[in-house]
Amino acid sequence: MDTQALIDVAYIAKLAKVELTAEETERFSGDLNQVLAYVQQLEKWDTSAVEPMYHPLPVFDALRPDVPGESLSNEAAMANAPQQEDGQVRVPKVVESAH
Amino acid sequence: MLIGTISHWRKQLLAGSISPSELVEEIARNIDSRNPGINAYISANKEAALAEAARADLSLPLGGIPLAVKDNICIQGEPTRCASRILENFVSPYDATAVCKLRAAGAIPFGRANMDEFAMGSYGKNSAFGATDNPAAPGHAPGGSSSGSAAAVAGGMAIAALGSDTGGSIRQPASHCGIVGLKPTYGRISRYGLVAFASSLDQIGPLTQNVEDAALLLNALCGHDAKDSTSSSHPTEDFTAGLGRDIKGKRIGLPKEYLSSGNDPAVAAALDKAVHTLTKLDAEVVEISLPHAEAVVAAYYIIACAEASSNLSRFDGIRYGHRTANTNGLDELYSRSRAEGFGPEVKRRIILGTYVLSSGFYDAYYAKAQKVRALVAQDFTAAFEQVDFIIGPVSPTPAPALNDTSMSPLQVYLSDIYTIPANLAGLPGISVPCPQPEGARPIGIQLLGRHFAETDLLRVASALESALA
Repeated sequence: MDTQALIDVAYIAKLAKVELTAEETERFSGDLNQVLAYVQQLEKWDTSAVEPMYHPLPVFDALRPDVPGESLSNEAAMANAPQQEDGQVRVPKVVESAH
Repeated sequence: MLIGTISHWRKQLLAGSISPSELVEEIARNIDSRNPGINAYISANKEAALAEAARADLSLPLGGIPLAVKDNICIQGEPTRCASRILENFVSPYDATAVCKLRAAGAIPFGRANMDEFAMGSYGKNSAFGATDNPAAPGHAPGGSSSGSAAAVAGGMAIAALGSDTGGSIRQPASHCGIVGLKPTYGRISRYGLVAFASSLDQIGPLTQNVEDAALLLNALCGHDAKDSTSSSHPTEDFTAGLGRDIKGKRIGLPKEYLSSGNDPAVAAALDKAVHTLTKLDAEVVEISLPHAEAVVAAYYIIACAEASSNLSRFDGIRYGHRTANTNGLDELYSRSRAEGFGPEVKRRIILGTYVLSSGFYDAYYAKAQKVRALVAQDFTAAFEQVDFIIGPVSPTPAPALNDTSMSPLQVYLSDIYTIPANLAGLPGISVPCPQPEGARPIGIQLLGRHFAETDLLRVASALESALA
């Protein structure tokens, strides 16, 4: 397999919402194509009779009763917001106003 | 350069020969004089520590003991930066459960330990706040990602520290710095307030000067937490119960796959010495096989990066963390804030993780890796039918030079081959230093145990530690 063809870093960076410089795109392409060529070795293990293991230990008791408890005050929760107004996070406009 | 263990300082505090405030001052003096050269801490809030020392309750098990905390574990009112620019101005509004539990046992959080950004790295070099030197081998990497935690303890700037271990990030820096590092069973310690890297692999644990201190900290840290749905309800115990007891007749497996010719001769010699020492303690060391040992790095980096790409999507410049000043719309705000905030290794792993989860590649990479993970776990289930513990190296080599830039990302990933399996299978593992000749770099030996067998694991680790000393 042509290892240079494994990953289109510029496209994946868009999906991941990380802007990359041209230099980063080129460097990561080299690095990640090498990593992806290495991980192809997983193909050699027969996993046809194996269930995927998403968690190291079985978890049976993840649900709890849904009861109100103590939580952060609005002020504490908002203290790290980079831009805020009236106790709410400010973001750039995402919808056009209807006229 | 070490500063004295938890049990040493507890005796001094209880005898009244030093007060908690004086102990904080003593550690602060060491930080002031040594940290500029070592860079183990990103910050250390002495005033907050002194305020807590003034009301320390010495009747509690860790009363009056200051402890360093890795920069990815939240402390209320303190910065939690994960050594990243994206969280440079973040101040945690709450305590991690592990920190609450340390406080409840009387300990005083003091100092934010440097680390590889978001716990991604093996040498402590991926920090936005600069690399950390190794006090036990100056000019060499302290290991990572709990680089600052290990260097603070090895450099006498902390009595002990909290770290986190996703693929070896406690055990490997402990090995490189000549101290003890314990990764407990997955779920033993709540992950609430630990900034998530790979949620099915992450575990908090102690870095200490000896095995006894690791047991003392584990006593304080364990227990179910309703705020972490994966935290275990397994009963906690007195983890010091096995310390000092003999290990006669214990069966210890030596995986033949771990006797690789790729191991540095000093690492191979240390492993030989540890095996010989255990035999002299009347333990029975037998050769075992872990047939999928060579598959672990490939499976791990797919799973860890996939989980990371999902977990780190929360850093988007909206609710907290760095927001770019330079944007025309929401999409650009996300991608530019992340571009400015994340360092290169974090970007690399987010992209790898996004790729293996993307449409058309999910089955070939992510699902396949999770199946191979099951095979790796089955290897351990089978091995623990024959033996009680497994011994092996922590890292194939001692710490590399700090200025060594010859390794590609893949080569760095491959150095995690011996620590990754415990995370994939959720097993407890500990790194115990094997004393080296004067001037040589430290080397640790790893012991792995069955799920929730920490008491017995610490018993064997302590016997090995004493016999090697």
